[in-house]
Formats: sequence, structure tokens, C-alpha cells
Amino acid sequence: MHLMYFTEQPMSSYPEEEGRKFGYTALLFSNRHFDPVEGARLYEQRIIEYQLVEEVGFDGIMLNEHHNAPFCMQAKCNVMASVLAGLTKRVKLVLLGNPLPIAENPIRLAEELAMIDMISKGRLVSGFVRGGGVESLATNTNPAYNRERFEEAHDLIIKTWTVPGPWRWEGRHYQFRVVNPWVLPLQKPHPRIWIPGVSSRETIVWAAQHRYPYIALNTSIEDSKKIWQYYDEAAQKAGYQSGPEQRGYLIRCHVQDTEEKALRNAREFMWMQGEFTGLMHPVWAAPSGYLGPWARRALAEVHVGRRPNPAAGLPFEKQIQRMLIIAGTPDQVVAKLRIILEETRPSILALWGNDGKISHEDSKNCIRLLGTEVLPRLREIAKELNLASPFELNSPVSLAESPLAQQSAAAS
Amino acid sequence: MTAVESFVEVAGGKVQMMQGGSGRPLLILHHDVGNPGWLPFYDTLATDCLVYVPSHPGFGKSERPEWMRTIRDMAIVYEWLLNVLNVGPCPIIGLGLGGWIAAEMAMMCRHTLSHLVLVNAAGLQPREGEILDQFLINTIDYLRSGFENQDKYVELYTAEPSLDQLEQWEINREMTSRIAYKPYMYDPTLPHLIRGISTPTLIVWGAQNRIVPRICGEQYREAIRGARLEIVAGAGHFLEVEKPAELATMVKDFVSRDS
Repeated sequence: MHLMYFTEQPMSSYPEEEGRKFGYTALLFSNRHFDPVEGARLYEQRIIEYQLVEEVGFDGIMLNEHHNAPFCMQAKCNVMASVLAGLTKRVKLVLLGNPLPIAENPIRLAEELAMIDMISKGRLVSGFVRGGGVESLATNTNPAYNRERFEEAHDLIIKTWTVPGPWRWEGRHYQFRVVNPWVLPLQKPHPRIWIPGVSSRETIVWAAQHRYPYIALNTSIEDSKKIWQYYDEAAQKAGYQSGPEQRGYLIRCHVQDTEEKALRNAREFMWMQGEFTGLMHPVWAAPSGYLGPWARRALAEVHVGRRPNPAAGLPFEKQIQRMLIIAGTPDQVVAKLRIILEETRPSILALWGNDGKISHEDSKNCIRLLGTEVLPRLREIAKELNLASPFELNSPVSLAESPLAQQSAAAS
Repeated sequence: MTAVESFVEVAGGKVQMMQGGSGRPLLILHHDVGNPGWLPFYDTLATDCLVYVPSHPGFGKSERPEWMRTIRDMAIVYEWLLNVLNVGPCPIIGLGLGGWIAAEMAMMCRHTLSHLVLVNAAGLQPREGEILDQFLINTIDYLRSGFENQDKYVELYTAEPSLDQLEQWEINREMTSRIAYKPYMYDPTLPHLIRGISTPTLIVWGAQNRIVPRICGEQYREAIRGARLEIVAGAGHFLEVEKPAELATMVKDFVSRDS
């Protein structure tokens, strides 16, 4: 089992009442409320926490990226990954991930990622995402071509990493006279690619078709099972049997010495849900054309306020009850995580430990308890349930790089 | 008068066409929100014209050309459509986004137009102010911004538009996004190229247009030789819905003059 730590890196230090007054805390919520002095303090704390994550025994640090919103301070996940490539020695740096459609130059992205992989001595996991609707609007990339750009940028990056240059790329969205960057990833054939997501069926199927692990982002047990059903069917069609090594899961999980303190802090997960998804403008969250035609009717109603915004979260107690948030002592948390592992069988588990205004001290305590009391027991459970990660199995990085695909390529 | 609906095959796809009336052919190009149906404005013109109102490719029930990326692509498809219909030089009335398409057609193929009427046309970057960005607000708010008289909005779309209507707007928004997202609703080459328009041109603007600023009407007038600008009081962007009779009179008067 691959166990990693995650936090959204919230910019929690801003006048919350201003956000509530404005009604939305993204995109058009003015950055006059952003305080760089507080920003510097928060970055410093996060970096100290990430170093502790490695020290206490996590296998990986998961990083992400968002734009124009206080819920996430990472405007470029490659920047934090670069910092951590130098400051850590052992943990995988799992980027979930770079939003490909908003990249104007995917070759530059391939170069940055190659640098991170070399500097970290081959510890990069390079996840790719489509980015949320706000990412499209904040970078002024056309949401109607989001998926086309995602797929083309992906193909271009993989080719950049695997086919020696120089060569030329004349695509629909990207054109390059010369592709021949003088930086390449250390890992061969290329760094592992994991694809996170919530529900977009096209993305699940796309990940399965490439044999890339899919990381379900804090979905309910029932939804996770549906995701694995879609994934497994698509894998079967692509000619392979998928298993736990293709399954990842992210879960909000906060630990303290007492249940009372853990629950009190865990309410901070609602900060993000209330401020971000709860106060997300439905038009910005899913601009026209961003999702496929299957979503159109529902989206049309959500946009004009006729249907509740699906991003709005359930009440805290409900989320605890449905295990969308797990909080408690190490014993309590392990018992619940066991249920998730048994029910959904992922081999990659990201623990979203801290969020909102949870203090630096409490965050560190949570990380220490996770490392010393929770992780060893999760490893035991994983062994018992046979949940071996892609690293443990040394599984192929993609379908194209799997022995089966290479045999058929050689035969033709 | 009842309009007849049909489909015309052009540029590898089916284009939904409404037509009504008889006499001299006249083409109307609709707004980015789509054609709401056979409007009284069309009907008035149809008393002495054969009025064609196609749904733009990708809008209404017209098939979406996946390859289409610009308003200029759209204008070329319309030139093709006129050829398929075998319509000689005719007046083209462009509303909002349709005005931008009409201006492109007049720039590139003057012999297909006898008269050009630009009503609250998009396509130019306003010298002052900005074109209201529909992609930051929902469709209903966008539509309502285009009406000076909100009762006219309700009269046309009802207070609670149906789910089918919402879905159709969503389809139209998607196509608008595909061809006019960036730069939003204008093309920086247009001010240079419209100077070559030699077709007689009438420009009509709603005095209370909150979507495309009135200064764009001035800019069109300054650039197009001999063009006249009429301002209609008490109307916004969807002028043809708010002041159908006034607009129809202006258009009829204008197109009845020799080109």
C-alpha cells in the first residue's frame, strides 16, 4: 500500500465575513483580501509539516493546484514540488496534478516535471487533471475545448518523454516546430501518471484505457464502488484485468489524542466546503461545454439556481456518519479506514489530514499520530487484504508500456 | 403568418431553417442566445419579403460543426448557404452576434448583399467599456440584461422557462464559447477590414444596451463608408423583441431604397 499525506494548503487567513458578504469565494472574490505576510507564514508552516510527513514514515506527499481562490495556496504545484524535491529525501512527490488544458505550452510542463524528477532522484508521480471550471476562467482557456486540450497535451508530454527529439508536433491545439528539450525524466520509460477525479465518467474510462491509476477524491463508499465498476469494465475492454494497483482514494482524516479534540478540529474541513464548494458559483464551477452532453440538462438547471448546487456538502454530522470525514483517536480512525479498504480495495491511500484554520501545532500532532499509530496498522491491513501498490508490484506505468501492448506492437 | 421549417445541407451539416412570407429574399442572423422562434419582427418583414431565419450551425437544431472555431468560419458557411439557396444579392440583418457574422460576410463577399443592417452588433472591441461577459453569469441573467423592459422578456420566455428551453440555451452557449470565447465577442482585425465594406449599411442600437456598448455602434458607423446609425430609445440589446415595429419600419424603409 502507498500511503500519502495531503492538505489543500488553505489560505485560511483572510476576512471570512468579506467572502460571505460577497457570496462567492473564488474567481471574482477580490484579492485585496489576500495578505502576503500571512501567506509567507502559512507556506513556512506547510513546508515544516511536509518535512515531518517524511520523517514519520509516509510514502508520499500529494500536491495539487487551484487558481483564484483562498481554499488552496498552490497556484503552481510544480513550485511546491520543486521545493520539496530539494528538502525531502525519500517520499514520492505525487502531483494530482497539473491541469493540462490550461497549459499553453505542454513542452514547458514536460521540462519542469523532468527537472523535478531528476532533482528528486526519480521520486515524481506526475498526475494530470482537467482543472476545475474556475481554472479555465482564471487562465482564460476555453472550457468547451477542455477535454480536447487535456488529451492532446497528455499525448504530447508522453511523446516528449519517450521519443528522442528533434521532431515536430502539429496538433489541433498545440503546434511546435521543434520538440527537443534538453531535460528528460530520470524514471524510465517515464514517471508514473495517476489521474484524480470525482465523478466524470469520461475521465474514469480514459484513465482505465491508459492503465493509469485513478484516485477517487473523497467519494462515498457507494460512489467509489461505481467508479471501480466503470474502471474495471473499461479495463476489461482494453484487454487487461484491473486491480487494487489501479485504485487510489483520498479521504479527509484527522487524528488527535482525544476524540473530542479531533472532532473539534475536523469541523475545519467544513471551512473549505463552506467557503469553497458551498460558496462556489455554479456557472464558474462548470462553465458551458466543460462537461459532456450527458450533464447538460442538469447543469442548465444548476446554473440558473433551479437545482441545488451538487458541490454543496452535507452537514458535518452526516459526513462523519457516512465516513466522508474521519476523525478521532488513532484506534477509531483505523477501524473506519479498515471498512473503506475492505469495501473499495484501493492500494493508494491519501490521508487529507489538515485543513482550514487547524493550528500548526495540531497539524503536526496529527501528522505524528498518523505516522506512528495509524500507518503501521494500515500496512498490516493492506497486507491482509492483499492491497499491493504499483510500486510494490512494479506494475507497468501505462497500457502502452505494458508487456502485452509491446508484444502486439512488435508483432505488427 | 406561419413559418415553414426545413433543414438545408451545407458544409457537411444540416442547418435548421425557418422561412416565411414571399417576395424579395431577406436573411436574418440571430443572436448568440439562439433564435427564440418566429418573432413578430420577422413577421412584419415577411409581409413583403421572403424572410429566411436559419439557426447558426451549432445553435438550435442545426448540427454542430466540430471543426468550426471562429465567426469568420461561420460567415463563410453562410456564404455557402446563400449559394445553396440560390439567393441573389439580398439584405442581411444581423442581430448581436449575428451582426458580427453579417459584417464579416459584407467584408469578404460584397456581391451576396444588397443591404447590411447591423442591430446591436458584436465584433468590435469597444473603445470605452466592455462587452458584458455571458460566461461569468447565468443565461437568464444574461438575457435579462439585454432587455430594457423586463415584461418583454417574460412575454417571450415566460417567468419560468422550460427545461427544454434551458437546455437549448446551454447548447447555444457552448457553441458561442467554441467560436467567440477569446477574445470575447470581438476580433481585433475587424476595425481594419470593415473599412472595405461598400454595401449600404444601416446600424441600429438600443439606447439602453447593457450588453454591447453603444460606442460599438459609433465605431461601426465611423468605419463603414456612408453608414447611418439610428438609436432606438427604450430598448436594450434584444431590440427586435422590445421594439419590433420600429425596427421593422426602419429596415423596410432602408431596404426599399436602391442599393
